[in-house]
Amino acid sequence: MVPISWYLVLAGLLFVIGTIGALTRRNGITIFLSIELMLNSVNLVIIAYSRLLGDQLGQLVVLFVMAVAAAEAAVGLALFIAIFRHRQTIDVNRLNLMRW
Amino acid sequence: MELAIFLIFALLALVSAVTVVAHRNPIYSTLSLVVTLAATAVLFVLLGAPFIATLQVLVYAGAIVVLFLFVIMLLNVGREETEGSVTRTGPGQRWGTVVGAGIFAGTLLAILWRTYGRESLDPLTEELVAIKPLAALLFDRYLLAFEVIGLLLLVAVVAAGIVARRPAAEKEG
Repeated sequence: MVPISWYLVLAGLLFVIGTIGALTRRNGITIFLSIELMLNSVNLVIIAYSRLLGDQLGQLVVLFVMAVAAAEAAVGLALFIAIFRHRQTIDVNRLNLMRW
Repeated sequence: MELAIFLIFALLALVSAVTVVAHRNPIYSTLSLVVTLAATAVLFVLLGAPFIATLQVLVYAGAIVVLFLFVIMLLNVGREETEGSVTRTGPGQRWGTVVGAGIFAGTLLAILWRTYGRESLDPLTEELVAIKPLAALLFDRYLLAFEVIGLLLLVAVVAAGIVARRPAAEKEG
């Protein structure tokens, strides 16, 4: 039997990789992919604890997280298309209009 | 056997996650995200959640990643334009990184310390893996949440359509 803490450590590492990507990359699409990575690692934690507690409610929570992630991806990518139409770039270093 | 499967797919997930973050071409990043998601789906099966694993492959790897690829090819974003692949960091950010990494490592060690050897995983039973109680839970007790999620997806679709629409003035010219 694989101990539950191994899953938690794996999910933690995946979350950190996603965080590093979201904070350091400049391409808007890559930042978005990193956020998806972080959501996915959180799902892994929820499923692991659901297994530990023998409660299926965790699987439902993951279902809802996936639906929210899908909505977020749709709206976010639409925003990128709109931004690209105005600025011809989605490099976040050039989207600094609201930076002080 | 289970340990071997876990190790193989955990390693696969980590390596492809690093590729997602590190690769300069967003198309390769997206494709290696598919590998990460598939490896995580295998781990979901190991944890006794085959339904979620199926959803992961269908919804995440199938629909969301295809949406990403579609937008990447539509916008024709290749390599990053500005110099260097990562943003410049100041000393404050560097110290923040060190502190954040330290806090995270401490949390991980604490988790390992508290749970090592103490977690008692019951062996997988039929009813733990079964879909029927899950469906009963979803369509009975949490029906309202299910409907709200459906409404949220509808709102998101309408919003995405409106935001990405070409402005009227541009269409005429």
